[in-house]
Amino acid sequence: MLTLTLRRLLIAIPTLIIISLVIFLLLEAAPGDPLGEVPLTVPPEVKEKMRLALGLDSAWYVRYGLWMKQFFWVEPVHLWDALFGTHFGEGMQRVISFQSRQPVMQIIAERLPQTLTVVGLAYLVGVLIALPIGILSAYRQYSWFDNLGTFISMIGFSVPTFFTGVVLIIVFAVKLQWFPSVYDTTLQVTDWASFKMQMRQMVMPVTVLALYNAAQISRFMRASMLDNLGQDYVRTARAKGLTEKVVVLIHVLRNSLIPVVTVIALGVPTIFGGAIITEQVFKVNGLGQQLILSIHANDMPMVMTLTFIFAILIVLFNLVADLLYGILDPRIRYD
Amino acid sequence: MFDAAQKPLIEVSGLKMYFPITAGVFRRHVGDVKAVDNVSFTIFEGETLGLVGESGCGKSTCGRAILRLYEPTAGAVRIDGTDVIAASADTLRQMRPKMQMVFQDPQASLNPRMTVAAIIGEPLDEHTKLSKAEKLAKIYALMDQVGLNRDFANRYPHEFSGGQRQRIGIARALALNPRFIVCDEPIAALDVSIQAQVVNLLEELQDRLGLTYLFISHDLSMVRHIADRVAVMYLGQIVELAPRDAIYAEPLHPYTQALLSAVPEPDPDTERTRRRVVLTGDVPSPANPPKGCNFCTRCPKAMAICHQIEPTFQEITPGRFVSCHLYEQTAGQAAAPGASPEHIQKTIQQGE
Repeated sequence: MLTLTLRRLLIAIPTLIIISLVIFLLLEAAPGDPLGEVPLTVPPEVKEKMRLALGLDSAWYVRYGLWMKQFFWVEPVHLWDALFGTHFGEGMQRVISFQSRQPVMQIIAERLPQTLTVVGLAYLVGVLIALPIGILSAYRQYSWFDNLGTFISMIGFSVPTFFTGVVLIIVFAVKLQWFPSVYDTTLQVTDWASFKMQMRQMVMPVTVLALYNAAQISRFMRASMLDNLGQDYVRTARAKGLTEKVVVLIHVLRNSLIPVVTVIALGVPTIFGGAIITEQVFKVNGLGQQLILSIHANDMPMVMTLTFIFAILIVLFNLVADLLYGILDPRIRYD
Repeated sequence: MFDAAQKPLIEVSGLKMYFPITAGVFRRHVGDVKAVDNVSFTIFEGETLGLVGESGCGKSTCGRAILRLYEPTAGAVRIDGTDVIAASADTLRQMRPKMQMVFQDPQASLNPRMTVAAIIGEPLDEHTKLSKAEKLAKIYALMDQVGLNRDFANRYPHEFSGGQRQRIGIARALALNPRFIVCDEPIAALDVSIQAQVVNLLEELQDRLGLTYLFISHDLSMVRHIADRVAVMYLGQIVELAPRDAIYAEPLHPYTQALLSAVPEPDPDTERTRRRVVLTGDVPSPANPPKGCNFCTRCPKAMAICHQIEPTFQEITPGRFVSCHLYEQTAGQAAAPGASPEHIQKTIQQGE
C-alpha cells in the first residue's frame, strides 16, 4: 500500500505539470484583456505601462515558468513563514491577483472558510441523509418509501441548483421571511444570537446543495444495496440464523459501502471548488464566486491558481478513493 | 432402512412455492410460477435423500423452501416434529442451528469481506455463548474436520480454490451441530476430481456425526453413489420416490426411465446396447403447466386420461411412490405392472 501511494504520488507530478500547462495555455488562448476594464479615458501609453507592470509583455513560456516558480517555491516558503514566523520569503515575488493586487493565496485563505462551512456542511448533510434513504429504499424496494425516494432524488438530480435556490428564496425569504436571502460573510459568531443568525442564513444554501448531493449518493447507495441483497452470501447469512438487522447492516451494508465510499471520496474536491452557482445565488463569497469574478475580469493568476488547486485536489482524492477501495475490499490488493 | 422403527426427521407435506407474476402499471397479480407444486415426502433420520431432476424443475427452490429461505405459499415442513413454515421469525431463528444448507456456488455464497474464521465463527456468535478461546478452538476443530489447514483461518474466500471454498461452506454449515443439511448441488460448480473429494467428505461426516441429508443434484451417478433413496422431480412435482437400487434397476415413471437412460455407461459393450429414451419437445412453462399430468406433453406412454386428470402421488409397493396413471389403476391391487412379488422382495432387501 505504501509503495503504491508513493508511486501514485510520483506519477501525479508529471500529470499535474501537464495539467498546469494545459490550463495556462487555455487561459492564454482565451480572448479577453486583463486591462479591458480600465476606463477609455486612460491614455494608451499609460495603459502600456500598466501592461508592463503586470508582466504581460514577456512571452507566454516566461510567464508560465515564473508562475511555476511562484506557485511551487515562493508560496510554500511564504506559508512556512506564516506558520513559523520566519522571514525566508521576504522580497520574493508572490502570485499576485491582477484585479486586487493582493497575493492570490491570501484571497483564497480569506474565502476558503465560507466555502467550507456552507458547501462542506451541505455535503456532510447530503451524505448523512442519503445513506439511510438508500439503505431503506433498497431493503423495501418498490414500497411507497422507495417510490417517494426515487421521486425526490429525480427532482434533486434534474432540477438545477439555481432553480431550487431561487424557489427557496422566493418562498422562505420573500414570502415567509424566515431566512435571509443573502449570506452575510461579515457576521462574527460571538454569542448565541449571532450563532442563531449564522444557522439561519446557512439553512437555504445548505438545503439546496444537500438535496443535490443526497439525490446522487442515495441512488448509488440504493443500487449498491440492491446488488448485494441479491447475492448468495446474503442467503447464507440468513441460513446461519442471523437476525435481519445483522444480515442487512453487517453483511449487506459493509459490502455495499465499497463503491459508495469511493463516490463520496471523489466528490470531496467539489467542496473546495465550491458550488459556483449556489454561492452566486445566495451571495456566499466563497471560492466559487471568486472564480467567476476572476474569469470576468481576466484575472489570469487568480484563475490559474484556483483551477490548479482544484486539479491537485482531484488527483489527490482519486488516490484516496483508490486507497479506500483497497482497504475496504480484501479482494483488491495493490502490491 | 425405512422400516417402521425408522424415525422420520423431516416431514414435508403439500409444500407449494409459487412466485407471483405481476403485470401492468399497478403490478396486478396475473399468475404464478409454480416452482414447487404440492410436494410431499419424508426423510428418515440418518439417511440421504437424493433429489434429482433437470434444470429449472424446482429442486433448489424446494430445498430452500424447506429451510424457509423462501416463504412457501402453502404446506408444512416438520423437522423433528416442529413446523418450520408456521414458526415465527424468532422461533425460526432459534431452529436454524438444527437445519443448515450447503450452497451451490461456493464463491458467491461466502461473504467476500469476511475471513474464513469469521464466516465459520459467525453462527457461534449468534447462537452460542462460547468464550473467545472456545470459539477459536471450535473453528479450528471444524476446519480440521473438513480438511482445511488451520493456517488459512485469517484468509479471505477469494484466496481459495473452488473445492476449498466448498469445504469452508461445509464447515460453516456444521458449526452449530445441525441434524439436517440440505446440500443444494454442492458439487455442481466443482471439477470432477474435487467432486469426489467433497462427496466423500460429506459421506464421512454423515457417518461420524449422524447427519441427515437432502442431496439435490442433477448428477445421476453421484446421487446413485451417495443417496439411500431418490426422489425425481419434474416441473415442480415429485414424480417418483423410491429406494436407490430399485429406482436405478427399474424406474417406474416414464420420466425417470428417460432420465436414467441418459446416464452413460462406463463399459463400452453395455454402452453400445444402451437404449436411450429421447424425449421430444420442451419442458412446459411452470407458469402454465399442462392440464392433467404435468408430463403428458412429452410422455412416450401418454394415454387419454393423462391429459384430463392429474395423477396422485401414491405408494404402489412398500417404499415406492410414483405419480402416474400407468400404475394408478392397479395401485389398489397387490402388485403393479413392473412390480412383481420378487421385486418387492428385492426392495425390502435393499432397504436393509
